[in-house]
Amino acid sequence: MRVLRRIGFAVGLPVVLFALWWVTSASSTDFYFPPLSRIVDSLVEEWFGPRLADDVLPSLLRLAAGFFIAAVVGITLGVLIGTYKRLRDLLEPVLEFFRAIPPPVVVPILMLIFGIEDTMKIVVIAFGCMWPILLNTAEGVRAVDSVLSDTARTYRIDGVARLRNLILPAASPQIFAGLRQGLSVAIILMVISELFAASDGLGFAIVQAQRSFAIPEMWAGMLMLGLLGFLLSLLFRIVESRWLAWYHGLRRAQRAS
Amino acid sequence: MLEVTGLKKVYEGKSRTVEAVRDLTFTLDTGELVCLVGPSGCGKTTLLKCMSGLLEPTSGSVRLQGKEVDGPPPGMAIVFQEYGRSLFPWMSVRENVELPLKQKKVPSARRKQLVDESIAAVGLADSHSAYPWQLSGGMQQRVAIARAIAYEPQVLLMDEPFAAVDAQTRADLEDLIRSLWKQFQVTTLFVTHDIDEAVYLGQRVLILSKSPTVIRQDLAIDLPDERDQLHTRSSARFAELRAQVYSQIHRPREEQDAPVAAVAPAVAGQP
Repeated sequence: MRVLRRIGFAVGLPVVLFALWWVTSASSTDFYFPPLSRIVDSLVEEWFGPRLADDVLPSLLRLAAGFFIAAVVGITLGVLIGTYKRLRDLLEPVLEFFRAIPPPVVVPILMLIFGIEDTMKIVVIAFGCMWPILLNTAEGVRAVDSVLSDTARTYRIDGVARLRNLILPAASPQIFAGLRQGLSVAIILMVISELFAASDGLGFAIVQAQRSFAIPEMWAGMLMLGLLGFLLSLLFRIVESRWLAWYHGLRRAQRAS
Repeated sequence: MLEVTGLKKVYEGKSRTVEAVRDLTFTLDTGELVCLVGPSGCGKTTLLKCMSGLLEPTSGSVRLQGKEVDGPPPGMAIVFQEYGRSLFPWMSVRENVELPLKQKKVPSARRKQLVDESIAAVGLADSHSAYPWQLSGGMQQRVAIARAIAYEPQVLLMDEPFAAVDAQTRADLEDLIRSLWKQFQVTTLFVTHDIDEAVYLGQRVLILSKSPTVIRQDLAIDLPDERDQLHTRSSARFAELRAQVYSQIHRPREEQDAPVAAVAPAVAGQP
């Protein structure tokens, strides 16, 4: 019963909004604002039809590749920067500069270097979503509890064992916060990277639909993007709640006392 | 076994220098249970960190079995006061106890035996798979003690381990320390600011002065070996010893001449 009520709460507003859109647009004759029924038809026929493999899949693969590279590079650099103060002092101004560059503007530059194929798009995604991951990781590593760190030292836990048993788990709440921010940036950049000189992908297909006046398909593409973002963040939350079960438990215990 | 010689630690700050520990000399013999008692803020933690190689002393030396300590030595385990921050919250009780043994490359069969034995010895045999934060404060400190015991250290240092638990739990844990010490015969240095606790637990009590710290007295505790909270604490001898420690700690500052106090430990012999 409780579960049902929670689900009801969660889907209540989306259902109302969807119904409202459906009813108000039902008799629409405006070319740019077609009835929702036609948009849904297009969503099912096009986006869950041929475009799923032709456009959605390539986009998702590039997203995954870019996000993965950003995670590996961001966490590695973050651990190093969080561990060595010298390195942090050295790199901080440069990092601040690169972080301040809006990732979309590097697209034209990266096009010159990597061409217009997948590599460029993956690099754009990785470049943009690396910063929150890197900075959060560095912050988490720097904030490792001093008593815990002393404990590890007295038991002579050092090197890789220290990284695996102390540094990474201790920083994992912040690392996950960085990954979550990074994921939403990655989705944005996935679309943006496909707006320029692309031959497939979600962003490409939406722009193409708009240019060829396939308006219902354009709207359906937007719905598809929203749906994808929603599913990805849901997936992320599931992974996070598994991985950080200890952290949420610890926080609950601290709040209770 | 463990020798501390002329230990001095001065913190050099930008605006001021703080002499936390002035001159400490004492030894621990194999199998001893010694308590170190001193007023709050007298540099007990500094001393312990120097002894465990976490801090470098300004001068003087610490030797463990004849070998100079210049980083955390292999045969030493520490139980910190902050139990909540010394256990790995992402590991179960069992994993916490086992981790140092893995690092020490103890073969898995022996490891299992040590972990089972030590967790049972602290009375947590039912809680192997629990996470530390699911346990009460006293139980968490038991886990930290089990981890230290399982490590089979040559010397066990305890830094005010019961300062943050309630009185009843504290009494139980004190008895646990006595029984573990008898069972495993680990050389133990127990640091506390609680005079009663020091007298109740120790074979010897080292009395520290206020900061800058020197040793006031090295007092042998001639209470019977079998101690219990009710009878030991109400005995006349306990009261005398307690009074003696108390008067040493609260001796007026004028008398607190470093050279005199530094010589003091030599006067009282081994128990």
